[in-house]
Amino acid sequence: MAWFRRTKAGINTELNDQIDVPKGHWIKCKECASTVNRRELQRNLLVCSECGYHFPMSGMEYYRLLFDDAEFEVFDTNLVSQDPLEFTDRKPYPKRLAEAHRKTGLTDAATGAMGKIGGHPTSITAMDFKFIGGSMGSVVGEVISRAIKRAYTQETPLVIITQSGGARMMEGALSLMQLAKTSAHLTRLHDKGLPLIVVLANPTTGGVTASYAMLGDIHLAEPGALIGFAGPRVIRETMGQDLPEGFQRSEFLKEKGFVDQIVSRAEMKSRISQLLDLLLEPAAG
Amino acid sequence: MAKTQNQPLEFERPLLELEAKLEEMRALRGDEPSADLNEAIGKLESRFHELRQSIYKNLTRWQRVQIARHPMRPYSLDHISAWTDGFQELHGDRLFGDDPAMVAGLTTFKGGRYGYKDRTVAIVGQQKGRDTKMRKYRRFGMSNPEGYRKALRVMRMAAKFGKPVICLLDTPGAFPGLEAEERGQAEAIARNLFEMARLPVPIVVVVIGEGASGGALGIGVGDRILMMENAWYSVISPESCSSILWRSWDYKEEAARGLKLTAPDLQPLGIIDDIIAEPLGGAHHDPESAFSATGKAVAKALAELDGIAPDVLLEQRLQKFDAMGVFESVDTPEEDVVSGS
Repeated sequence: MAWFRRTKAGINTELNDQIDVPKGHWIKCKECASTVNRRELQRNLLVCSECGYHFPMSGMEYYRLLFDDAEFEVFDTNLVSQDPLEFTDRKPYPKRLAEAHRKTGLTDAATGAMGKIGGHPTSITAMDFKFIGGSMGSVVGEVISRAIKRAYTQETPLVIITQSGGARMMEGALSLMQLAKTSAHLTRLHDKGLPLIVVLANPTTGGVTASYAMLGDIHLAEPGALIGFAGPRVIRETMGQDLPEGFQRSEFLKEKGFVDQIVSRAEMKSRISQLLDLLLEPAAG
Repeated sequence: MAKTQNQPLEFERPLLELEAKLEEMRALRGDEPSADLNEAIGKLESRFHELRQSIYKNLTRWQRVQIARHPMRPYSLDHISAWTDGFQELHGDRLFGDDPAMVAGLTTFKGGRYGYKDRTVAIVGQQKGRDTKMRKYRRFGMSNPEGYRKALRVMRMAAKFGKPVICLLDTPGAFPGLEAEERGQAEAIARNLFEMARLPVPIVVVVIGEGASGGALGIGVGDRILMMENAWYSVISPESCSSILWRSWDYKEEAARGLKLTAPDLQPLGIIDDIIAEPLGGAHHDPESAFSATGKAVAKALAELDGIAPDVLLEQRLQKFDAMGVFESVDTPEEDVVSGS
């Protein structure tokens, strides 16, 4: 049972809270530098109409996009890190948490939700890159684990939307253990014969990639997303040379055999729904 | 009295200076013994012992990181040859190649000498090299995907034959190379975390040196997590943490402090079960006693895990990792709240 539940159909988040650029009617695309109209961009699911660049999207927006009729129940929006290590770098960790909360309205970098996709009751958990780089500490590990548990106790498929710079340094080894914790819960989903579809958004790196992001039955990636374990800068230093064009992008991962399909945001719902139809055929009857 | 070893660490210098002075005075006494000299030597000896205690009993986190990285620290193969017999190393992941940064194989654990019993176990461990040539060959203990996949292959074989698995963690991280990424470094580690969570035989993990990040955890899921007193285990190395959070390489000591990466830090958080005491100054000061302490700790862990039914074992393993994490639930007054069970 969830700690608390919200049964409002969908949650409207202002687009201004979604895009990390100065407010205004016009936004410059980070990829092609063309100027796009804000309202137009919103209609286009935060995808640049010129070049197809996928702007970062919040977890709530993904739920609205993927669930039938944008109806869903949200879970675990009330878990807060306790700063177990009393960590301070240039700023105390609690201050970073408070700032991220003020900026995003979230208590941490992941939430969970239940609803239907193409008629299939489904558990989704989505990460939010805007909350301290989508980094995974104790709270994210717990939120993801609870979403996995909801799927295997209610016998539904699971969709995980990843966007993360990796594990959260400010929680030290506790962050690292979230890789093991979430992966351990996924074994139960697997043993019940329930599907896991991972949607890899930009960027998915570090510890998140080295756990649930790479443990799906099916890996869908948004176009052009950065996906990898070590960061490009570290690899460049190790290799002492420039990295090839497109290295660690979705298309590269597909070529190397780690991503099944590259799916644009506009097609994501119908693609997931088709895959669930195929996988759950007998149950759907 | 054990002589302070060669290759001393920076913080051991005052000890070394005192020791040199003592040697000098002893030599002098050999030539012309005198009561005055005897007294002076006696005083200096007690000062030496006091300093030794005060340095080694009050090690900072950064000093422990340095001990964990000491070039003479016992590595995986040293442990294996000390407390097991007839190690049969097995090579290759059957997919791409063999990774010298990870060793794996079957061996007889000499548990009999620790009040347990001799028995076949599978061992996987990250392996560093001792000299320049071997360090390069072992890639400084940084595995490629084929290392993790070799380890998994051997662990699965252990499960097939009902043998327990011992994992020795000692790595500055997974290898951050272009080819490692191409071959799926992240997938290889993730797969191990998943498969180790459901491997139906006991797994005992020992952090013997450096336990850096997913690279270490990639062979770190188990039923008992032991850690040597001067090993470190965290999500990132102090240097990289300094570079990212302070945007400078100069804050490694602060980062080591902040990350709480030592065994005494991690035990109360439930991340490790037991601390394996090391000889004063670190395992390299007296490897034999470090080996026997480690062998004894492994024997105790294996004995505790004997006879637990596989489904119970796996449930306990899940609960162990599920409990890792510190957070609180806050009430959100504007929402309708339903309390949890």
